[in-house]
Formats: sequence, structure tokens, C-alpha cells
Amino acid sequence: MITFMNNSDSEEEPCNERTSLMSAESPPVPSYQDGLQASGAGEAQAHRKRRTGSSRSPNNIAEGEMSDSGVPVRGSALENEEEELTLKYGAKHVIMLFVPVTLCMIVVVATIKSVRFYTEKNGQLIYTPFSEDTPSVGQRLLNSVLNTIIMISVIVVMTVFLVLLYKYRCYKFIHGWLILSSLMLLFLFTYIYLGEVLKTYNVAMDYPTLFLVIWNFGAVGMICIHWKGPLQLQQAYLIMISALMALVFIKYLPEWSAWVILGAISIYDLMAVLCPKGPLRMLVETAQERNEPIFPALIYSSAMMWTVGMAKPDTAARGPSQQMWDAAEDGRDNHGSSSHTDSQMSETRSPVPTRPITSLEELEEEERGVKLGLGDFIFYSVLVGKAAATASGDWNTTLACFVAILIGLCLTLLLLAVFKKALPALPISITFGLVFYFSTDNLVRPFMDTLASHQLYI
Amino acid sequence: AFFWLVSLLLSSLIWFIAVKASDPQDEPLQKGLLIFGVMFSVLLQEAFRFLYYKLLRKAIEGLVALSEDGCSPISIQQMAYVAGVGFGLMSGAFSMINLLADSLGPGTVGIHGDSQLYFLTSAFMTMVLIFLHTFWGILFFHGCEHRRWWEIAAVVIMHLAVSGSTFCNPLYVGSLVPSYLMMATAAVWAYILSGGSAQNLRRFLLCK
Repeated sequence: MITFMNNSDSEEEPCNERTSLMSAESPPVPSYQDGLQASGAGEAQAHRKRRTGSSRSPNNIAEGEMSDSGVPVRGSALENEEEELTLKYGAKHVIMLFVPVTLCMIVVVATIKSVRFYTEKNGQLIYTPFSEDTPSVGQRLLNSVLNTIIMISVIVVMTVFLVLLYKYRCYKFIHGWLILSSLMLLFLFTYIYLGEVLKTYNVAMDYPTLFLVIWNFGAVGMICIHWKGPLQLQQAYLIMISALMALVFIKYLPEWSAWVILGAISIYDLMAVLCPKGPLRMLVETAQERNEPIFPALIYSSAMMWTVGMAKPDTAARGPSQQMWDAAEDGRDNHGSSSHTDSQMSETRSPVPTRPITSLEELEEEERGVKLGLGDFIFYSVLVGKAAATASGDWNTTLACFVAILIGLCLTLLLLAVFKKALPALPISITFGLVFYFSTDNLVRPFMDTLASHQLYI
Repeated sequence: AFFWLVSLLLSSLIWFIAVKASDPQDEPLQKGLLIFGVMFSVLLQEAFRFLYYKLLRKAIEGLVALSEDGCSPISIQQMAYVAGVGFGLMSGAFSMINLLADSLGPGTVGIHGDSQLYFLTSAFMTMVLIFLHTFWGILFFHGCEHRRWWEIAAVVIMHLAVSGSTFCNPLYVGSLVPSYLMMATAAVWAYILSGGSAQNLRRFLLCK
């Protein structure tokens, strides 16, 4: 249990670092309006993107090939374009986030439904010491609330610790911590998971093959997440580790504690990201002040960024679509003035084209995306997985929670397009999810069951 | 899909309250409550379809205002189709998925004297409902757009009729046949409303 605690220990703070949804800050805008050539390049991109948009294919920003007319369009028209592009491409970003969230949930639900291991009660985490096996309802409720308080305070302490480390530039420590935790996830949890799946399907496997498979999986995962790698592979790895973490939570959190913890953590997320002194907000602001990205292992990024290796990197790289947060990263990357390790510089990137081509061409190859913290993936999957595990074997509840979470994510992204700053992704989705879970389980299920038994259709 | 879900939630809430407030032993009363629940649910679904139409209308206005050439990138007919498909998929999923999960497991269909065609007829019924929801979406939105209240009323009445016909189950001829006829009617109607015609159809079939 001790090693387990260390795992979860090092996982807790990443879990909570991951609970925010990022978007671009307003800083890019002033510099966008400042430099003339810069704005020329940016406008050319805007112009091209606008033309692309007006050709009724808003879902394909990367197709702006015809790039000759660099006619600068100035003035307040730019802001309108920005908004319009934001909204148009907002839909694309919603889809870009739906897919990974759905995949993560599918993996979790499939595992829960098929592998018995994750629904058996085999003890609890050290963070939730109070057992829920008590006879009376009041006692059980009290125990779950106490468990929640302990868990949330552990999370808060870890987050504050991480923010302090970040503020005082103890990057080596943070990197070491993250590498250790992702090592544990990629090797140990995968080993357990694979073992259980093989047991369920009664497939024999020898140790050498297992070692080979897990070694390859883990090593490639470490490289992809912490260093460079193809974007889709990195996304796949992040989804897998979120699913593994969610499975661990589902297994080791007792029932009522899990629901109360989900509720409490969405409230915490709300406060941590929006309050001026909230740890997550401070983390995001510090990262943006220093023009650095947040740690590679904690954020899921839905798009790839080609770093621009020439003259006006900032403004050329940033376009009018302000949804994205990568702009700061671009600036930092190109100036290369930061003092931290290379691994942090190029984690979310494919290999960089360092040829000094013109900004126009470079911009054509960019795709912008929105970032979602991994903690959000984890807690969404925990909700859906718990619904699948404990809702009397009912698929309707799972489906209802799934739709509720996706709609919550949609609404959050809409708010993101409106507010243009980092927003907590958990509260709306988790609230919807919880409401739908309890109401579907208790209200809709008897209704649908009765209808189905009489074969009535509504 | 989300709107359909919310309507289902509210209607089951009403039904649940009614059931809890009534006597569980009274069979005809329970059956009556069930029928009431079904009808109420149908009405609520249509109400939510209307609300969804209102929401989409506002969204289209927003998109048109922002776009540069005064046209929104997605037309109201496309939205009607998508709304219908969403409603249909959600309703179908909720009807079918537990059945599908159970059909994987061990068991015999109709061992207690019920119909042996249970799964088959459920599948067909679900399919017809999904199609119907799609067509109703188109008809409904078209009616709202052009302020033809009789179209909207027709959709509501059709929905009530289809749900009502399922009360004949397990006498499947009473439920499946009318439903399929209504689906054919709705399909033709929706096709004509969306701008199709016999000529278009012929040209399509002959690959001109």
C-alpha cells in the first residue's frame, strides 16, 4: 500500500493541475495590433482564413493554399473577424475535444463492464481511510464526507506545493516528480491492467513477451509525453493514462465517497481557477508571464504547432483566432531564452521545421487547438465509469451521463469562446453528470423498465 | 439528444411521483398511470422539440449576424434534420440498449408465454421510431418556420398515434403496420418539403 500511496501521491497533484481548460490570453492582441508588418502577416492569415471560412468550409482552416492576396484589412473589422473565426472554429474545437473525451470514456466503460477486477472492492486508498461498511445511513454519510475532506485537502496541499515549486523555479524537482509519476502510470498500472484483462479473457502470456510489450509501451509513452513525438501518438498515450488513472479511482474509491468527491472537486476547481488567489489561476498566470507552457504531462492539446523559426514569430504564429493558448509557447520557443530543459520546449510539437520560410507558408501549416487538462479527462471518466459500475447494470444511466458530460463540455467551450481565458472544465459537466446520474438511476430507470416490459414506446 | 433526455427526465419524474402517490396493488390504475405517463411524455418531447427550435433560431440569428455575407453556414433545414436525428438516436438508444445488452446473455425469449418475437419487433419498432423522429424534426421545423400550425399539430398527433398504437403490443400487427405506414407518409411529406419531387427521385435513381 505504501508504494501505491506514493503513486497516488505523485498523481494527486498532477490530477489537480490538470483541472483547467486553457485558452489564449489577451496579451497576444496588443502585440498583434502593434507591429505593422506583424499585423500584415497576421492579417494575411486572417484574410486567408476568412476566405476559407467564407467558402463554406469552416471546418478546414488548413486548406488556405491560395495565399497571394496579402491585402491588409485594418481597423475594427479585425475584431469582428476575430470573433467570427472564434465562433466558427469553436465548433471545430468542440469536436476536437469530443473525440478524446469520448474515447477515454469508452475505454473506461468497456473495461468496467468486462473486467471484474475493477468493480471488486479490495481495500481503499490511504486518502479515504473511513470505511463505508457501516450499518447506518448517517454514519455512512459522515464517513464519506470525512473521506472527501481528507482527499480534497490532500489535493489542495499538493496543488499549492506545486505552484510554490513553480514560482520558485524548482523545475528539476517538478520534472523529476512528473517523470516518476508517469513512469509509475505507464509501467505499473499498465502491467496490472494488462494482467487483469488477460485474466478475464483467459489468455495465456509468458513473462518475456509481457516484459517486451510493457517495456516498449512504457518507453515510447515516456518519450512521447515528455519529449517529442507524433501528435496523435501523444494524444493516444494521454488518453490511455487518463483512463488508467480513472480506473484506479473507480476501483479504490468507495461509492458515496466517490460521488461526494466528484462534487467537491468541481467546486474546488471552480474556486482554484477563478479566484484571484486560486492556485491553478496563479499557475496559469505565472506560466503566461514567463511565456512558458504548462508541464507536458498534464495537458491534452488537440492540435499541433509548427514553431515558426523566423523573423516575426509571435504575431505570425498567433492569428486572430484567439482560442488557442499556444501563442505564448510559440513566442517562447522561438526566442529560446528560457532557462529550462529542452524537454519542456518541444513536448507538444512535432519535429520543427527550422527552415526560414516566409510567414505565410508557415501559417498555412498551422492548426490551432484548445487544451484540456488531464484531470478533467480523469474525472469525467470516473463519473461515467462509476455510473457504469454501480447503476444496477443499466446502460441508460451510462449513456445519460455521457451525453450530459459532453453537453457540459460544449457549454464550457462556449463560455471559453466568450471569455477567452482559462476556465475550469469540471463544474458544469460534473454537475450535469451528477444530476443526470441520480435522476436517471432513480426516476427514469423504473419508467423505462416498465415501458420495456409492456413493450410500449414513447 | 440532450433535449430529448431532459424531456424524458421530466416526464419520468412526473410518472414516478404519480406512481409513488398511488396504490401499487391496483393494477388497472397502474396501467392507467402508465398510459398517462406515455402520453405526457410524448407531449413533453414535442414541447422540447419546440424549445430546441427556438434555441436554434437564436443561434442562426447569431451566426448570420456574424457572417460576412449574410448567410449562415448551416441552413435551418439542415438543423431540422440534425435535430430530428438527435432526438431519434437518443430515443432509439434508450429503447434498445438494455435489450441489446440482455440479448447477449443467456436466456430464452418468451419462455413465460410472452411473444417470441420480442427482440425482433422491438428492433423494428425502434427503427421506425428513429426514422419518424427524423422526419418529424423536418416537418416540425418547417411548420415553425412558415407558421403553419397544422403541420405542427399533425406531428404531435402522429407521435401520439404511434405511441398509442404500441399499446396494442403484443398484437404486433396493430402497432408495427400503422407505424410503418405513418413513416412512409412522413417520409414523403418531409421529402417534398425539403424540395424533392418525383422528378428528382427519378433522376437520382437513373443516375443522371
